[in-house]
Amino acid sequence: MLKLTMALAAVAVGATAAAAPALAQQNEQFLPSLVYRTGPYAPNGIPFANGVADYWTLLNERDGGINGVKIVFEECETGYATDKGVECYERLKGKGPTGAGYFSPLSTGITFALTEKVPGDKIPLLTMGYGRSESRNGAVFPWNFVAVGSYWTAADVAVQHIAKELGGVDKLKGKKISLVYHDSPYGKEPIAALEERAKKNGFTFKAIPVTHPGVEQKSQWLSIRQDRPDYVLLWGWGVMNSTAVKEAAAVGYPRDKVIGVWWSGAEPDVTPAGEQSKGYKALMLQHGAGKFKVHADLDKFVISKNKTATKDDYAQVLYNRGLLNSMLGTEAIRTAMKKYGNKPMTGEQIRWGFENLNLTEARIKELGFEGMVSPIKLSCQDHQGADVARVQQWDGKEWKIISGYYKADLSILDPMVKDASAKYAAEKKITPRDCSKES
Amino acid sequence: MLYRETGQFKTSYAADMAIFPIRQDRIALYVLLAIAFIGIPVLDALQVWPFAGEYLLRAILIPFLILSLAAVGLNILTGYCGQLSLGSGAFMAVGAYSAYKFGTGVHLPLGLFDIAIPALPVLPSILLGGVMAAAVGILFGVPSLRIKGLYLAVATLAAQFFFDWVFIRVQWFTNYTSSGSVTAPELNFFGLIVNKPVERYLLCLIFVTVVALLAKNLVRGNIGRQWMAIRDMDIAAELMGIRPLYAKLTAFAISSFIMGIAGALWAFVYLGSWEPLAFNIDRSFQILFMVIIGGLGSILGSFLGAAFILVLPIMLDQVPHALGIPISVETVSLLVFVVTGALICWLLIVEPHGFARLWLTGKEKLRLWPYPY
Repeated sequence: MLKLTMALAAVAVGATAAAAPALAQQNEQFLPSLVYRTGPYAPNGIPFANGVADYWTLLNERDGGINGVKIVFEECETGYATDKGVECYERLKGKGPTGAGYFSPLSTGITFALTEKVPGDKIPLLTMGYGRSESRNGAVFPWNFVAVGSYWTAADVAVQHIAKELGGVDKLKGKKISLVYHDSPYGKEPIAALEERAKKNGFTFKAIPVTHPGVEQKSQWLSIRQDRPDYVLLWGWGVMNSTAVKEAAAVGYPRDKVIGVWWSGAEPDVTPAGEQSKGYKALMLQHGAGKFKVHADLDKFVISKNKTATKDDYAQVLYNRGLLNSMLGTEAIRTAMKKYGNKPMTGEQIRWGFENLNLTEARIKELGFEGMVSPIKLSCQDHQGADVARVQQWDGKEWKIISGYYKADLSILDPMVKDASAKYAAEKKITPRDCSKES
Repeated sequence: MLYRETGQFKTSYAADMAIFPIRQDRIALYVLLAIAFIGIPVLDALQVWPFAGEYLLRAILIPFLILSLAAVGLNILTGYCGQLSLGSGAFMAVGAYSAYKFGTGVHLPLGLFDIAIPALPVLPSILLGGVMAAAVGILFGVPSLRIKGLYLAVATLAAQFFFDWVFIRVQWFTNYTSSGSVTAPELNFFGLIVNKPVERYLLCLIFVTVVALLAKNLVRGNIGRQWMAIRDMDIAAELMGIRPLYAKLTAFAISSFIMGIAGALWAFVYLGSWEPLAFNIDRSFQILFMVIIGGLGSILGSFLGAAFILVLPIMLDQVPHALGIPISVETVSLLVFVVTGALICWLLIVEPHGFARLWLTGKEKLRLWPYPY
């Protein structure tokens, strides 16, 4: 009988839980956050999620939301798994008075799956520095915004930096560059761009896959020791990055010849390897670690009031990237409000906001992001808006910026974007929009 | 009193051999099918709670149906024929990628002669995906003639890793996409584009109903009895004249066929765009757990197990938020693991034969109600 009572109680609790009416308040903008605070990618997922949430909290605390519209946000744990990500997307997409504003899944796999779903639901997908590289073409991918940089941008900039270190693009000829990559759509994305560069600049390119989650890389680094490439590019995520740095040290491969993508260039990637990671380089998605003007406000309105989950990761690379991600999203909402009025925006309106987003030098300064990001302008045709990146180096304690801005070679990348998006359009029977007719 | 077959006389052999010989069972099944086929679409059209929005259909019912289908497939192999398999994910992947290839056109230059099949419509693609999975299942089922139990599990594990590798490495299967992720073709069934959640749900439901009925009939018939004889004692079965080769390989073929269809549906209908990680070893374990928790050797158990393993964690995940308890998603997702794990342990201690046996016990009690002795 006791069992029965307990079971009934459990059912009753479950029923009331499910039936709890969602208190829909009118002047609220709902923003979903797909996070992974558990699993092998958590060391990198947590700081990003904290940055994303803290910027939204800051806007609520300091300005009372966006133009008076309060931000309401909810996190959903994906664990970096695609099917869980899809479930989270379905769970959050309809919440709030106008539905979810935009999604940033921070996973290439989930991005690919959601790319199929967002056109039907009319919700933009902000994939800052990841996702489908060809989704830069807004005519074919109206809902994807691979803002600030794609993997192809990253690959191109990495090769440019190598050329600079070698003393000129012509010095690339005959050199060997290997790519150690996470064996998933994420890691495979840069291969096309690197192969293109290899053809053009005459270096030998070799791609070496590492199986998810990437804690086992012995054989890959042994083959690197045999092969002795001049440079190794690292396209890892989560525990794979620190493992790669450790393995590089174990086979005695010089760390300053290893260049990671901007997802392999944060504190959790190097600190576990300790002294061994000294000298390791990584690209920057424009910004680095450290405090900027926006952090003063964060200190005042969020951190000191204890409204955050951030601890050690405050002002670290990925935390700052989370801030940037939220800033881009909320600025797109602000842009949309200029056209549609100061009320909660629908996904469709926010998409318009993204396409007309113009972050000028002055606006970036006003927002307190000066020094973190250079001006970005998105348009109907161009959903990326920027092609620049820098390189940083780990000195054992912190990331040091060691280069100026490189601009990706669009004469190589633009035709690739065009081809790949045309192929996608043909496969999915999409008729590209005519961007000259968009307002 | 309510649930008793007293007075239901069988006057023909057909009546005697019906799937559900008790009238109440038949009525219950009809009611269930009516709810699934008519009730849920109507509720969805009216947008009644909990059908408001698309969440319940898209994120719960569709994956539940597809994984139930996979569990039915594995249950035939493991539950009825007693062949332990850890290769479910691989067979699903074979189904998904074959369906993708057939759906986008197969072109295989072989030097002397080229195989070129134009892009097929979705339905034949999915069915052919099942056929390919069946072929692979037979191939990987051959070792079962010599090895048993855990050793066979390891052999099927080989299938799992082999196909993980194949679909990542052999770019032909992914039509040479740069990222290795593929997107499903348009779901066009005889001119009807299946896109709305309720349409997708009905599509899965039709597949599941047809396959479950076929499976139920198979396991009641000659071949099902052969499987069960092999499961219970293969030497005795052989002495009785059952050919292990035939029995085991048919079990592998049919089970893989069903899992292949489930894989194709998972890729085409649920995910839409996928990578080999969607069918990795975790998927195999998930389906095996569904079968064990649901009840080995029970078609109904497959559905109950799928509901438990898939739906319960999702529900648990949402309870704290729905109740307004302010704990972080991190803690919640860890709690979900703990609670689900504890429930599985508790269930297996209380009822090692899974939900299907609980169901049977319940039915027995109901027959004696209200005068148990």
